[in-house]
Amino acid sequence: MSEADLRVTIGGLVFKNPVLTASGTFGYGKEFAPYVNLHHLGGVVVKGISLEPRRGNSPPRIVETAGGMLNAIGLENVGLDRFITEKMPYLLGIGTRVVVNILGDSLEEYQTLGQRLNEVEGISALEVNISCPNVKKGGVAFGTDPAMAEAVTRAVCAHTTLPVIVKLSPNVTDIAQIARAVEAGGAQGISLINTLLGMAIDVKSRRPRLANIVGGLSGPAIKPIALRMVWQVAQAVKIPVIGIGGITTTEDALEFLLAGATAIEVGTANFVNPRASQDIVEGLGRYVMENKLDGISEVIGGLILN
Amino acid sequence: MNQCEEQAEIVRQEQLTPDIFRLTLTAPQIASSARPGQFVMVQTTSYYDPLLRRPLSIHQTVADEQVQLMYKVVGKGTRLLAGMTPGQKLNLTGPLGHGFDLAGRQAICLVGGGMGIAPLYFLAREILRTNKPPKCVVLLGARTAAELGPLPRDFMDIGITETHLATDDASLGHHGFVADLLAQHLNPDHQWTVCTCGPHPMMKAVVSQCRKQGWGCQVSLETMMACGISACLGCAIPPADLSGPYLHVCKDGPVFKAEEVAWL
Repeated sequence: MSEADLRVTIGGLVFKNPVLTASGTFGYGKEFAPYVNLHHLGGVVVKGISLEPRRGNSPPRIVETAGGMLNAIGLENVGLDRFITEKMPYLLGIGTRVVVNILGDSLEEYQTLGQRLNEVEGISALEVNISCPNVKKGGVAFGTDPAMAEAVTRAVCAHTTLPVIVKLSPNVTDIAQIARAVEAGGAQGISLINTLLGMAIDVKSRRPRLANIVGGLSGPAIKPIALRMVWQVAQAVKIPVIGIGGITTTEDALEFLLAGATAIEVGTANFVNPRASQDIVEGLGRYVMENKLDGISEVIGGLILN
Repeated sequence: MNQCEEQAEIVRQEQLTPDIFRLTLTAPQIASSARPGQFVMVQTTSYYDPLLRRPLSIHQTVADEQVQLMYKVVGKGTRLLAGMTPGQKLNLTGPLGHGFDLAGRQAICLVGGGMGIAPLYFLAREILRTNKPPKCVVLLGARTAAELGPLPRDFMDIGITETHLATDDASLGHHGFVADLLAQHLNPDHQWTVCTCGPHPMMKAVVSQCRKQGWGCQVSLETMMACGISACLGCAIPPADLSGPYLHVCKDGPVFKAEEVAWL
């Protein structure tokens, strides 16, 4: 391993490197232990947790597309109680930061999750998934309305002392506006992007390929969109930004850092190459050494315009 | 947990029929721990097109050293596989999932349809190795004799004495479904354990007959799958009671007891 200084700081927390794993693509960490030295990662963001267990959507839930995949898993997860009793004990020993992704369908649910997880040992930060529908507001996603995005951020922040990172949905007209709203709500970091809403049709049967009809697009196909949004958000807010969206290689990760991301999350690439996250950590180390940088922080926001 | 990632060199690529191939790879880590019914995820290209790995059941392992996979060319990924030649390397992850469980079973019947025959060959070899005396009847079905290719002979060559065949077009064996062969060839006085893999309607027919006879039945299922290691949760299937938590083919399977899953 190189001696490169890859440390970054988000919400007052020092991460040993800027490479995290995206929620929903890395299970609860343990699934990847045969392939990755988890302690080499900057952090693990676990599968999104709701207050009650969720069964998820009917199959088929995934379909491969050009350079990507659509998923409509439906936020299947073990629920808060089982997460704490069954998943946290293992995560305590992985030697890196654990970020817990939370989701709900009401402000109260987000608040309760923030409050309950605040008392659990071994959690470094919360990542709030605001792409979920707000049941009380007719099912409009929290993340598509600046006022609701701010409200849910405020609700979580008021009930936890953990740093709160808010994960944005890209399915909006003005991503910078949503980013400013969650910053105003007290977020200490912003991660983006979640999946882009998409669709695929089987022309033989004339039916949608996903039982849910529509699903979230991820993978290399979405990287240019994600990069553009990260760049826009990084300019719009003062809090650290975590770049997500199709990151598969070290070069991809560097692009996001140059665009202004303080850290990145590796998502769908984990399915393709279970070692992807660790490969990127090692690649960033080599990049810092080869370019004789003092540290990876020199890369962040280093985009040169004209 | 013995699953791993292995850079496996291709030893042999055999074309069994116009679109069915058998690939032999050197993968000692996977070969030495694989059980019949388990699968590997194969990265068909390092250029992310197609993006996802392909799940393929293990056709057999050779001397704890090699892994053999049988596949049919159905799309981009398998077409790329078919174009690969000895000396090239493929990245595999595995062995994944739970295989067949035949501990203490006496009379065993393997029922395979089409590409579903692939994992049953590995299983047949294991039964011959461990069950003394082995009582193993093999029933194989396909659309045509050509599609069965050398497989019926492969089973006979390893010492399976009772193999019966069925084809949709009557080109070989029974004219009709392989599931019909259960009633024709299995003595109802025995307590059979039936292991099956193949198209869904075929397995459904096999399961239904086993239920009537009170025989145990294990099914190997296939679904769309992104990761193979229970991270994506894409391979969900409904459980028998329909309302309970979904089962995941990669982790809870791919081999299930027939009564665990819903037969819709």
